[in-house]
Amino acid sequence: MDNAENVIEAAGVRRRYRGGFEAVRGVSFEVARGELFALLGTNGAGKTSTVELLEGLAWPSDGTVRVLGCDPFTERSRVRPRIGVMLQEGGFPADLTVAETARMWAGCVSGARPERESLGLAGLADRSGVRVKQLSGGERRRLDLALALLGRPEVLFLDEPTTGQDAEGRRDTWELVRELRGEGTTVLLTTHYLQEAEELADRLAILHEGRIVASGTPSEVTGARPARITFGLPEGWHPGDLPPLPQLGVLGYEVHDRRVVLHTDRLQHSLTALLRWAEERSVPLDRLDARTASLEEAFLAIAGDAGRAGFDTGTAFGTGTAFDAGTAFDAATTDGVAR
Amino acid sequence: MTAARTTAAGRVRALGRAELTLLLRNRTALAIALLLPVGTVAALRPTMAQFGTGAAAVGADLQSISGGIGLILLYVVYYNLVTAYVARREELVLKRLRTGEPTDPEILAGTALPAVAVALAQCVALIVAGSARLGLDLPHRPELLIGGLALGIVLFAALAAASTVFTRNVELAQLTTAPVLLVSAMGSGILIPLQSMPHLVGEVCRWLPLTPVVELIRAGWLGGSLAAPLEVLRALGTALAWTLFAVFAVHRWFRWEPRR
Repeated sequence: MDNAENVIEAAGVRRRYRGGFEAVRGVSFEVARGELFALLGTNGAGKTSTVELLEGLAWPSDGTVRVLGCDPFTERSRVRPRIGVMLQEGGFPADLTVAETARMWAGCVSGARPERESLGLAGLADRSGVRVKQLSGGERRRLDLALALLGRPEVLFLDEPTTGQDAEGRRDTWELVRELRGEGTTVLLTTHYLQEAEELADRLAILHEGRIVASGTPSEVTGARPARITFGLPEGWHPGDLPPLPQLGVLGYEVHDRRVVLHTDRLQHSLTALLRWAEERSVPLDRLDARTASLEEAFLAIAGDAGRAGFDTGTAFGTGTAFDAGTAFDAATTDGVAR
Repeated sequence: MTAARTTAAGRVRALGRAELTLLLRNRTALAIALLLPVGTVAALRPTMAQFGTGAAAVGADLQSISGGIGLILLYVVYYNLVTAYVARREELVLKRLRTGEPTDPEILAGTALPAVAVALAQCVALIVAGSARLGLDLPHRPELLIGGLALGIVLFAALAAASTVFTRNVELAQLTTAPVLLVSAMGSGILIPLQSMPHLVGEVCRWLPLTPVVELIRAGWLGGSLAAPLEVLRALGTALAWTLFAVFAVHRWFRWEPRR
């Protein structure tokens, strides 16, 4: 990836709105050609505010953005023919039909594919005679996607592409995005569906309050979170009877109604030690469950932490410094934290 | 990259075509565009005939025709475009278009295209009908008439875009367009000749946006003292100044997406 051409670059980007609210507070990331990069965040995290800068709809109050080596705002005419954009909320005249909307858009797109082909890709071919106002929310997202694909873009910006879609529509969109990526399209996706990012993204960044609080591949981001082992101890046994926690390689634990939750960075080691202990003493572990952190857990913990810890600009999560067990579990831990 | 790039003309045409479809499907807008100016002229013709008798008057027929053109600029171009721009802005269409290849002026021009075409067609019909049916002389200085008309269309399209700045939604357009519509209708000599006003009021009214446009059209038709170089220059200068002001306002304050 070091040698790959960066198609999208954001460096120290800030965006302050009139009225003073700063929605983007020093965001930096790069997307290489052919990569699918996801910006993940809760509503109001600054995803759309960031993407709009890359789409050239506004200019950053500080920092620089480059798309295909150009400034997307001042060099709009050079960038636009090569990108496709799907806004968070598609704007189409309510009284035009799907086909009329596509025809209008195709007239503004260099090297447009046939409108029917694009509508077909998005699964809207049989709805071409329907007025936009009669489309469902999911169908409107499909129309927006169809128009974003009209120009066979090199770079595709998808701002919450599956919001309002049912499960089937979401699957279709994911399938299509995977195909496009397979053909070499660079994709920048924003989403608040964690599963979407997990399914699609090569790399992702989690935005919180206008800052990137974690970034990397999905497994890097989740891998930096501790795994969990959950089990119930039988009557007469207490957490204090377990081997010393450092011996188990456990970072900390919680007890909820006789169920014990262990947090560990070394799941296999901890689990082996726990099972050996249980085997030796013939302790049945009720509903034993061991799992690595999902993106969802990582996301919730990070979003919660970042809010509490009041991160400075650009704190990199990948280094792990800000996210040891102490900060991660303080709210949930009922007992002492072993280190 | 090898594919042919779109052209500005092609993009404006594509946007204009969609906008024309929308205009044809919007009965209210269509009725205002097609019936209101003609209806107003017809209804007010008897009154105009009374005004048309003074020494400095241009005659009832030319008063009607130039007044009709003024009303077309006000309703077909100005009012219609304020509602069209606001509707597209509130539907997020303008924002969506801005993510594509059309430039900002192209988006505004494409949206204005059908209204401008309808306005031009009506003006031509009015001028032809005026020449043929009412037995008026042919325009003496057609270049002034055409120039005045062209300037008027650009000016009122730009004023429409500028008026969207303080128009939050389509319903409010009826209110926010009232100042320009009323002041122009009353003070620009299309319904009431400036000569019939007190001197000072008439002088002030000569500097309103629609007045120089109407004066240019009349000067183009009648020629003579109305088309004296100084008068023509003053009218052209006033209209151009308003146009520049409106374009500046659009450039500075136009909102491409709804307030949130």
